Amino acid sequence: MTAGVLKPSNRIRVSTSRKVFLVINTVLLLLLCAAMLYPVIFVTAASFSEETAILKGEVTIFPVRAHIKAYEKVFHYPLLWRSYGNTLLYTGLGTLINLVLTVCGAWALSQKKMVGRRILTLLCTFTMFFNGGMIPTFLVIKELKLLNTIWAILLPGAVSTYNMILMRTFFLAIPQSLVEAAELDGCNDFGVLFRIVLPLSLASLMTIGMFYAVAHWNSYFSAVLYLSKPELYPLQIILRQVVLMNEIVENASSTENVMAEGIKYATIVVAMLPMLCVYPFVQRYFVKGVMIGSVKE
Amino acid sequence: MHKKRNARLKGRVRLWRRIWAAKYLYLMFFPVFLYYAFFRYAPMGGLVIAFKDFNAFLGFDRSPWVGFKFFNQFFNSIYLWRLVRNTLLINLYDLLFNFPASIILALLLNEVQNKRFKKAAQTITYLPYFISSVVIASMVVQFLSPSSGIINHFIAALGGERQYFMTQPDSFRSIYTIMNLWKNIGWNSIIFLAAISGINGELYEACMIDGGGHLRRMWHITLPGIASTIVVLIIMRLGHVMDAGYETILLLQNNANLETSDVIGTYVYRRGLRGGEYSYATAVGMFQSVIGFSMVIMANYLSRRYSETSLW
Repeated sequence: MTAGVLKPSNRIRVSTSRKVFLVINTVLLLLLCAAMLYPVIFVTAASFSEETAILKGEVTIFPVRAHIKAYEKVFHYPLLWRSYGNTLLYTGLGTLINLVLTVCGAWALSQKKMVGRRILTLLCTFTMFFNGGMIPTFLVIKELKLLNTIWAILLPGAVSTYNMILMRTFFLAIPQSLVEAAELDGCNDFGVLFRIVLPLSLASLMTIGMFYAVAHWNSYFSAVLYLSKPELYPLQIILRQVVLMNEIVENASSTENVMAEGIKYATIVVAMLPMLCVYPFVQRYFVKGVMIGSVKE
Repeated sequence: MHKKRNARLKGRVRLWRRIWAAKYLYLMFFPVFLYYAFFRYAPMGGLVIAFKDFNAFLGFDRSPWVGFKFFNQFFNSIYLWRLVRNTLLINLYDLLFNFPASIILALLLNEVQNKRFKKAAQTITYLPYFISSVVIASMVVQFLSPSSGIINHFIAALGGERQYFMTQPDSFRSIYTIMNLWKNIGWNSIIFLAAISGINGELYEACMIDGGGHLRRMWHITLPGIASTIVVLIIMRLGHVMDAGYETILLLQNNANLETSDVIGTYVYRRGLRGGEYSYATAVGMFQSVIGFSMVIMANYLSRRYSETSLW
């Protein structure tokens, strides 16, 4: 009764201050969104603009005297397509390896009948907090003769301990009766995992797969460490050479020099476009992933 | 006597039977085991070269022992203080500016009534997190370029003098912090947003009935409601003060800004891999790992003590 009386009057009293508040709130968020998007918009605009316009600072939101010559140059850069292919390969194959190992490891560590799973879990978890570091890891990979092979990119990060523990937590919630029923029907552990458990875990699998895939697509440092053959370089390394190390400009003919800035912006766009296209569709999986992680904590 | 041995034998048989029953699980785990052995534990074994004068021709085993020589060399160099200072300051800046910023963003997002606008704002603010560090560093360098960068065009338009931002040691921390703000503010707000949505709605109603306005509700209910999340995250962050994002820093680093941009990770890379001083760089890296590990243990202890949440 009292609540019924109070509510309407309350709504009226709050409404003016609330309106002001909401307007300020909306404006702040709009400004923030603009700040998030503007660098991306500017880079795109600059990549289509004439070189002098970039140098003079005429580009703001739209391309000035638009042309696609910068892109023509970029697409003729011999290593670009090669590196695009490499990145696709590293991302695809890498994520596949990641998922298989993570799922197998997580399932084994979640099953009570596996003797010694506690100590194994502990040994895996320990590596999250202590590791050999850059140089010993490099030397091990060198000893294994993996330098300058695609395996140097795929294997050293094949399992993310965090993701495996996350997956294990998820598997622990699967009812044991389901597993036992499948075993009675004659499934061995592989059968249980691949025929019963995985179909039930597609959403988590997807989430973890996305985390791995984005990490592969964006990674550049393992290539810096382990690769010195240009034909193995991923896209990010090419971008680094073009923009951050000025490579095209340094050993280019005069016509290319005239477009140095445009080429740089075009390369940035080429490198970030795939992620921008995929991102809106996969975004929710990531948010879900953060939530799973936070529940675990 | 005989009985005892019999019992022990039976126990052993039972153990092997249990292991045999789980044979497929071990088979399944085997590749993971190999991964950890080769790529996680073998490098830990490789840490011995910090105490040896590693020579590629002699290998791990036959390189001569030198004890703490390389640790002493590092501790007596000017780099120790410089690297630790830079690493700590970069983390401090992040904690002071970027951490509160994402809390504020979560508070703002939480107040949005229009579902569509909220969703759009979230999607847009999470976006930079997915852009690679090479792309972001490239944008930073391009925008700050003294001759053609948009920031300097702006400064010049206002009548200011063009700045060589990337080569000024004084600017580096600010540049890096702002870059990280742009990249992470949205993503880091997710966890706070989740914490806020867990707050009991009745508390807000009670506050409203007591005449509490909007800001008041934020201050007295929302913030205390997520305080435990904030504490846990700060403590967890404490466990990582020794690692700065050296992979990204390396991209922005040049000889002119080394004074403020050099952190342990970039130093190890430069001296170890570029310079070939494997043993010395391993010692420096090990110094970081050991401090980092102690910090994690301490953070976990604090967390368990004050918030009942802990990693183990």
